[in-house]
Amino acid sequence: MQFFTSRAFPWLFLAAAVVLPLLFASDYRLFQLTMVVVYSIAVLGLNLLTGYNGQVSLGNGAFYAIGAYTTAILMDKLGLPYWATLPFSAVICAGVGFLIGLPALRLGGMYLALTTFALAVATPQLLKYKAFENYTGGVQGVVLDKPDAPFGLPLSQDQWLYLFCLAVGALLFALAMNLVRGRIGRAMRAIRDQPLAAEAMGIDIAMFKTRTFALSAMFTGVAGSLGAITIQFVAPDAFGVPLSLTFFVGMVVGGGASIGGAVMGALFIQFIPNIADEISKAAPGAVYGLLLIAFMFLLPGGLASLIRILSGKKRTA
Amino acid sequence: MRRRTLLTGIGSTALLATPHIARAQWPGVTADEIRIGHTIPYSGPASAYGVIGHAHTAFFKMLNEQGGVAGRKVNFISLDDGYLPPKTVEQVRRLVEQDQVSFLFSPLGTANNTAIQKYMNQKKIPQLFVATGADKWGDPEHFPWTIGWQPSYRTEAQIYAKYMRKEKPNAKLAVLYQNDDFGKDYLIGLKDALGADYAKFIAKEVSYEITDATIDSQAVTLQASGADVLVTAATPKFAAQMIRKVADMEWKPMHFLSNVSASVGSVIKPAGVEKAKDIITSAYIKDSTDPTWANDPGIKKWRAWMDKYMPGADQTDGGYLAAYGLDQTMVQLFKQCGKDLSRENIMHQAGNLQPHECDVLLPGIQPNTNPKNFHPIRQMQLSKWDGGSWKLFGDIIEGTGA
Repeated sequence: MQFFTSRAFPWLFLAAAVVLPLLFASDYRLFQLTMVVVYSIAVLGLNLLTGYNGQVSLGNGAFYAIGAYTTAILMDKLGLPYWATLPFSAVICAGVGFLIGLPALRLGGMYLALTTFALAVATPQLLKYKAFENYTGGVQGVVLDKPDAPFGLPLSQDQWLYLFCLAVGALLFALAMNLVRGRIGRAMRAIRDQPLAAEAMGIDIAMFKTRTFALSAMFTGVAGSLGAITIQFVAPDAFGVPLSLTFFVGMVVGGGASIGGAVMGALFIQFIPNIADEISKAAPGAVYGLLLIAFMFLLPGGLASLIRILSGKKRTA
Repeated sequence: MRRRTLLTGIGSTALLATPHIARAQWPGVTADEIRIGHTIPYSGPASAYGVIGHAHTAFFKMLNEQGGVAGRKVNFISLDDGYLPPKTVEQVRRLVEQDQVSFLFSPLGTANNTAIQKYMNQKKIPQLFVATGADKWGDPEHFPWTIGWQPSYRTEAQIYAKYMRKEKPNAKLAVLYQNDDFGKDYLIGLKDALGADYAKFIAKEVSYEITDATIDSQAVTLQASGADVLVTAATPKFAAQMIRKVADMEWKPMHFLSNVSASVGSVIKPAGVEKAKDIITSAYIKDSTDPTWANDPGIKKWRAWMDKYMPGADQTDGGYLAAYGLDQTMVQLFKQCGKDLSRENIMHQAGNLQPHECDVLLPGIQPNTNPKNFHPIRQMQLSKWDGGSWKLFGDIIEGTGA
């Protein structure tokens, strides 16, 4: 079972992710898988911040919202094509993330969690704020058009969008993998585990923490942009506390400080609520809760630990 | 090979899950069933609405026991969207593309319906009797496959304006409205009904933000305008503040109150039952707690159905009444469709609904539509607070239409 940890595995996985759904999945399943890609980018963003760097965020949904609205406004008001909005949302979200990272320096643990939670609570109301209404569409939100496949490619809209999101996702995952494997990743983890020792070794904690915040916001913001294009609609109430908590669930279930765990966490948050709804209409929330507890009980290290167990490898992250 | 197997698994489930349709006559309709899709929050912060979904499910169960629709059983597929628009999009795509429903029946939520409206209209699939009070669902010119049901806030305001004009032809009107789509729908409705005379009637319109702490200064401004009629288009917290402030200022206008704030428990009692005296609101559904209807045949029929199909459910919950009314309109639609259950005919009949009685609606209120008017309920009756309870009075009043 060394296969999962081999260098070739990510490439094989990507190839399978490109080919198999296009061959076998209906447009509806492709739409769901597109959302899995979107969520996995968002979960990865949170994982960089919380899993690798130890800064607990319960408010990453706010960055997702900013990304989604950046794309929606640029498409709707300025007529920009969908792909051209991604750099804008990456830059804007990174900037906002950096700024929020500054006060976060003074806060640790529970206090940081609470501060970011406040961000999640405030987001829907800020999006409804009257002064922005001309841009945000207020409570009504903004409806977007779905992009067609370019260059006359013989793909349905859903197939194209899946491939587009997958390409962006692959790029971001490659970026994250390179970061965490190298010097920066070691520094991030050192700050998480032993901040004093890290500082003594000459790691600039403030710089790393704020930049990790910016990076996390950028990933999450791009996910928000892709989500807006896929759903074709943004509205304030879609970006409340539950969304931020969903990302948190995805991160923990997938496995903290794990790149592959982000994909598995995303599969969980996309599909498990549907399964809960299938099991019981009377109390889907309770079923979801039970499933969550079962997962945590059986796999306390997250789904990623399953692979580590199977491949018999010690945790290195 | 776990992950790969997983993806292949998902792919092949998709193939297997596609229903094998025997002798399909129309989309979503086979020789022995008609599939109907529905979304509602069963989980999450708005899960209180879930009772409506349970009521619909129970109603279609009864319908099936009585022989179904044109010899077919109704397969009512109701899914949880947690009140989140992205989830609504996903669930509706599942209903349409995988379950292949004939149409959607009464999905709930304004933003949720907005999220799927374009998709439904592009696919030409009926989005029937959506459960939201916004006015925009009656727009057959741009969205011919979407239709509302309950009276919109705009219709409600039209009704207040009509009554005011009749009772006080020289009224000076003051309006307090919440500065969002909800509040603005009232302004539009008043302008619809008063037309060019709006400028003559209006003394002052003032808005508040949902983030405001109080509306005291707005109340003072409105009183200073010399108005003798007041329309309060506000959500409960602000409605209660307004009632109290108006009474404290000893201002005695003819006071209309948006019906979302007519709740005795959350508005009238906090404001003071005496201070709220003579306030007017409007209603279209019978109140199951009102003794007026204790022996009403319609409510009795509804209670019998509740006892049999929803045993143990809380019969004071208005959601069950609204659901039952919607279901009866659906039955009327099926009646009009006859044997032709094509999507085109279903939508055609939805746009040509014959006036019909629903057991739970106030007597005289008959939902109906025509190809130019996709607002099935345009009638309401006024109701006055007598210091102890709401008392219906006067005739059924019809709004001015779309």
